[in-house]
Amino acid sequence: MLRFAAGRLLQAIPVLLVVITATFLLVHSAPGGPFSAEKAVPAEVIKALEAQYQLDQPLWKQYVSYLGDIVNGNFGPSFKYPGRSVNELIAAGLPITAELGLYAMLIAVLIGISAGVFASLRPNTLQDYVPMSAAMLGICMPSFLLGPLLVLIFGIYLEWLPVSGWGDIPGDKILPSITLGAAYAAYIARLSRGQMLEVLSQDYIRTARAKGLPEPLIVVKHALRGGLIPVVAFLGPAFAGLLGGSFVVETIFQIPGLGRFYVQAAFNRDYTMILGMTIFFASLIILFNLLSDMLAIWLNPKLRHGSGAAKP
Amino acid sequence: MSTALATAEKGSSLWADAWIKLSRNHLALFGLAVVLTLCLVSLLTPWIAPYGYEQQNLMLGASPPSAEHWLGTDVFGRDMLTRIMYGGRVSLLVGFIATAVALLIGVLWGAVAGFVGGRVDTVMMRMVDILYALPFMIFIVLLMVVFGRNIFLLFFAIGAVEWLTMARIVRGQVMSLRRQEFVEAAHSLGLSQWAIIRRHIIPNTLGPVIVYTTLTIPSVMLLEAFLSFLGLGIQPPQSSWGLLINYGVETMEEYPWLLIFPGIALSLTLFALNFLGDGLRDALDPRASKD
Amino acid sequence: MALLDVNGLKVYFHTRNGVVKAVDDVSLSVDAGKTLAIVGESGSGKSVLCYSLLDLLPKPPARIEGGVALFDGQDLLTCSKQQMRGYRGNDIAVIFQDPMTCLNPFLTIGEQLIEPLIYHRDARYGRQQARRRAIELLDEVGIAGAEARFDAYPHEFSGGMRQRVMIAMAMINEPRLLICDEPTTALDVTIQAQILRLIKNLQHTHNVAVIFISHDLGVVAGLADQILVMCAGKAMETGDAEQVFYRPESGYTKKLLAAIPEGAKSATGHARPEVPLLKIEHLKTWFGGHSAKDTIKAVDGVSFEIRQGEILGLVGESGSGKSTLGRSILRLAPVTAGQVSYAGTELTALSARQLVPWRRKMQMIFQDPYASLNPRMTVFETLAEPLLYHELADRRSVAQQVEKLMDEVGLARAYVRKYPHEFSGGQRQRIAIGRAIATKPQFIVADEPASALDVTIQAQILELILDLVDRHDLTMLFISHDLSVVRHISDRVMVMYQGKILEQNDTEPLWAEPKHSYTRQLLEAIPLADPRLERARIAAASQ
Repeated sequence: MLRFAAGRLLQAIPVLLVVITATFLLVHSAPGGPFSAEKAVPAEVIKALEAQYQLDQPLWKQYVSYLGDIVNGNFGPSFKYPGRSVNELIAAGLPITAELGLYAMLIAVLIGISAGVFASLRPNTLQDYVPMSAAMLGICMPSFLLGPLLVLIFGIYLEWLPVSGWGDIPGDKILPSITLGAAYAAYIARLSRGQMLEVLSQDYIRTARAKGLPEPLIVVKHALRGGLIPVVAFLGPAFAGLLGGSFVVETIFQIPGLGRFYVQAAFNRDYTMILGMTIFFASLIILFNLLSDMLAIWLNPKLRHGSGAAKP
Repeated sequence: MSTALATAEKGSSLWADAWIKLSRNHLALFGLAVVLTLCLVSLLTPWIAPYGYEQQNLMLGASPPSAEHWLGTDVFGRDMLTRIMYGGRVSLLVGFIATAVALLIGVLWGAVAGFVGGRVDTVMMRMVDILYALPFMIFIVLLMVVFGRNIFLLFFAIGAVEWLTMARIVRGQVMSLRRQEFVEAAHSLGLSQWAIIRRHIIPNTLGPVIVYTTLTIPSVMLLEAFLSFLGLGIQPPQSSWGLLINYGVETMEEYPWLLIFPGIALSLTLFALNFLGDGLRDALDPRASKD
Repeated sequence: MALLDVNGLKVYFHTRNGVVKAVDDVSLSVDAGKTLAIVGESGSGKSVLCYSLLDLLPKPPARIEGGVALFDGQDLLTCSKQQMRGYRGNDIAVIFQDPMTCLNPFLTIGEQLIEPLIYHRDARYGRQQARRRAIELLDEVGIAGAEARFDAYPHEFSGGMRQRVMIAMAMINEPRLLICDEPTTALDVTIQAQILRLIKNLQHTHNVAVIFISHDLGVVAGLADQILVMCAGKAMETGDAEQVFYRPESGYTKKLLAAIPEGAKSATGHARPEVPLLKIEHLKTWFGGHSAKDTIKAVDGVSFEIRQGEILGLVGESGSGKSTLGRSILRLAPVTAGQVSYAGTELTALSARQLVPWRRKMQMIFQDPYASLNPRMTVFETLAEPLLYHELADRRSVAQQVEKLMDEVGLARAYVRKYPHEFSGGQRQRIAIGRAIATKPQFIVADEPASALDVTIQAQILELILDLVDRHDLTMLFISHDLSVVRHISDRVMVMYQGKILEQNDTEPLWAEPKHSYTRQLLEAIPLADPRLERARIAAASQ
């Protein structure tokens, strides 16, 4: 298990290096420099700026020095907001996005798993159709549609909940968390229903019944573990998805988190900002993928003890 | 034609069985009908749209649904039905073309890895694993920022993300087929590799590929809408449902129909495609055919 | 009064395509300490019957349409869910067929063992006591180092060991009725003998009533006091063991008994010249492994000859490498070292392209008729493929040739455009045999061609194979784990164990005087479908 984790972490290094290199080259091959703004800026000013940001150096030198900075945890200054560094912006936005993501993840996991398991206990009955129709709705109602609709209904017409902000007015965290979590709750519900149905049809569940165990115990102790493995493995990709979803949700609800910064940086062509945040996001996603893989392996005794932990 | 073939009982192939099963599934049929209608409408849009795409009526401004404008008009007095029809063309086009890109790369990659096996397979699938761990959503945003909002780039970028799962599915299928005894039997008949692939492997991989393709289209459309909503996807004057929703959100307090109708169009399409995909999965799943 | 008294039981399945009468008006009774065997082929309803007693069937589609099942005077079919839970695993326990899938892979075997003790309402046990009791029982069913193995997971046990765990789990609450659903079908014959002996001993020491479900008349002969023969949901015959075996009344029972492969192959009459057709020398097929430790030596240096016109039987238990050997000869498995020569030509030296003309002469029949046919090709396409590929027929004559093949393997010509899933297992195997003989081969490897089939169908397929071998003067390597079948069909027999050939001889001398101790062990483990002989054999073996 530890060897597996160490192996995967080692593997993450070249992946990260590829990410850094690719983003770096991509950003630097962008047509038009970062300072080719709308207004005509005197050539000397541009030169001075380029010197300040080391843009007059050859590309490979810039790359090497950027790598060095990253190793030291320094993502450099922002192009557009002189005096503010990428690190500062990440530090400001991360707690907010992390909190939002946590709530959304909790909603997704708790509602998703319970709905999926509930539906799987009586397949093809009302108990199955109702939660699964809701899940289908959740999948087909993307966050950028669900969010505004929720705002329209609960914020504007009913005036029950605030329509924007984060931590300013009580209750303003509810709508964004639901908006972000809903689609993943739906995915998890479908995933866990499918797997639970599979597990519940296994021979060993019949064995447990033949032993005279009470039905709730059979579901919780004998079926749930196997039923949750794909859900756990999905948590890594779900995390990546939540991060992307936070772009939309933070924009809709005007939440000063990482997602909104990222979208703004994209619009402003704030290259160092995009570069730094992309690398930061990539590392987070790789880390979470690793964690969810390890959790899935830990849940499966055959993989936990064996050496065959490499293949999913 | 020999006498025996002429008098033979007609067998029912797995495809025929699947079609019978699908036709019993009302939701899937509904999905199929919606998808076909949408495709037809999109093809014919320039001829059947009630108004011109850019036809403005500034005097009218934003008006709620009425007899002249079934789905209302936007702030420039443009007919929403027309705009949704044109937007749908783009959304569907992105959905189909990006899925085709994903299909092409994914099937080739997966089939080669699965069929060649051994070290080649290990390396190829390792690459897929690594790519899986990459934050593609962010990459697409980055691409769109750096190279500008270009619809062809969008096809390519989205297709390049979605092929990974296709490759895994095809590879898994090919691997399991390769170990099947009927493939071994074909080897023992001395059939060439290509004949085995063509006659025995491909027809049996088709089911899962069709199912997954049907399910990829909605997820691609979702991705496009997502990017367009953020203002990073389709660029005006072109339009797509994601972009229309984006405009709708800005004015939803005063003119909610500008948000709701494009929203319904997108959700309904996603519903239809997902139902169709689920129905196909049930119909083509060999395990389900036992009962 | 009997412990269990079932009367007029009807269990129907309501499916989209109509009602299937899985159990149709069946009655039976079992006394304490006695064994009732339920015998039947697949789909006869024998398992459904037993599962319905414990309410283990999925409902829907299953529905109990009538009858009573009195256990100790209480009707099992109408009792409450709560009462049923009280019976399950407490008064009535079940041992299932496949020990590989019947234990929960996510829980330790100890945890699963003590569950019946802990969760029954009249729980007399705490965890510690339960643990001690479970370890005692593990010891009793023959698991070495029970204390240490208590915390192991199922995947750390072999199939036979898992079945012992299942038995311990069933016995832990000292049930009064034990239902065994083909408990040894998934196991090798030597393991089967051990498990059967174990069940029998436990039955005697604990005075348990046993319902033993099996398709294997040999196994039943040694165990049963009473026998119920079922076919298509109906009871064909009930009686005590000797009566059913020696004086069967129903035509179906007679047919079943006649289908058991018995005795040796009748001498073919014409004396054969001992000309070797194939010569295998020092053949090795090793799989995988970057290190020596991971390498699986499936075939580990075997040498033998296959003579022109003979059927050479190859016997071994699962994992002995017999299938790999068959595939290696046909170059369907990668050969690591050694040579295979066919009529003087060294096949192992040929490239894939050079091999093509030889492929025509050597064919294979596979075990699983469900996997060996391409599900998307009609019978016509399947049979025409080899003919067209090897240019034995052209587009015009191919239909006629396919018809001839179908006649030869006993398939109605009208089925030519049907797909594999529309056929039964036996019919599919006929299609597969048709494909194998399409190219008019001289040599065929038959890998357990009848093992997946019911005994009556198996008899027909074996007859077909013998007939074809005779008619086309084929040479055959016949691979099987079933010694009776091999004896019935082979001229000579080889015994394989752990990748090596231990012994080979003409069939009858090998049976009469096995030289290797493993061969002797194998032969002694075969159950005989004759109660008196079988009981004598068991008595002899346990001494």
